Amino acid sequence: MISDPRPLSPHLQIYRWQLTSVLSILHRMSGVALAVGAILLVSWLGAAADGPEPFAKMQWFLGSPGGLILLFGWSVALFYHTCNGIRHLCWDTGRGLELKNVYASGWTVIAATAALTIVAWVVGLNRWGL
Amino acid sequence: MATRMRSQMRSPLGRVLGLGSAKEGVEHWWRQRVTALALVPLVLWFVIAVIGLIGADRAAMVAWVRSPISSMLLVLLIVATFYHAALGLQVVIEDYIHGEAVRLSALIVMRLLCVVFVVRGILAVLKLALGA
Repeated sequence: MISDPRPLSPHLQIYRWQLTSVLSILHRMSGVALAVGAILLVSWLGAAADGPEPFAKMQWFLGSPGGLILLFGWSVALFYHTCNGIRHLCWDTGRGLELKNVYASGWTVIAATAALTIVAWVVGLNRWGL
Repeated sequence: MATRMRSQMRSPLGRVLGLGSAKEGVEHWWRQRVTALALVPLVLWFVIAVIGLIGADRAAMVAWVRSPISSMLLVLLIVATFYHAALGLQVVIEDYIHGEAVRLSALIVMRLLCVVFVVRGILAVLKLALGA
């Protein structure tokens, strides 16, 4: 069989990881996770509206190890998707599209996500009395 | 010749709309951006408010929802969140689900679920805000 001489783009599995593509797929994954988090938000409000007992159950769940892990994942996804979303909105205006700037804004998004998550949880756990 | 044929085959309405075979233009893109813009301040407000509520009992939480600003912003947050989520999940479903029937079913179920959760959220806020 004569192989096609035209160049073939590499398969995803053997493509070298790079910041741009990793942040791109993380934006989509965090978006899907946030859709699940939005259900949690509505359930929390719904439990409060349903009465003291459902609300107590919900608060117990959110304070349990599983609930805290869920809340932590939700907060990371929320901060990341918000920061990277602002990055996308900047691109939409035609700004920051040079490769150098794309990498700089990518690292900025990672740093901002980490900073916001740490601040939120340090303040939050302090208020909770831990 | 081919180009002329094509332009003649298009109806005057089709030419004015200028949408081509995709049947739609930039609405999805714009709605995603506008809801994203709205969500930036709403999300920041919500995170700060929730951190402020940590350790509070139900009475304090209800009092917070009852304040006119909170109840209004909560309803806006719920609507913008699920609108934005429906637009985003639509693209994810269209990208990864290839069977026509399964894809269409997934899109319909996803949209309906978003509506269900919006209604659940708004009713909860209204019930708390109007005091039941």
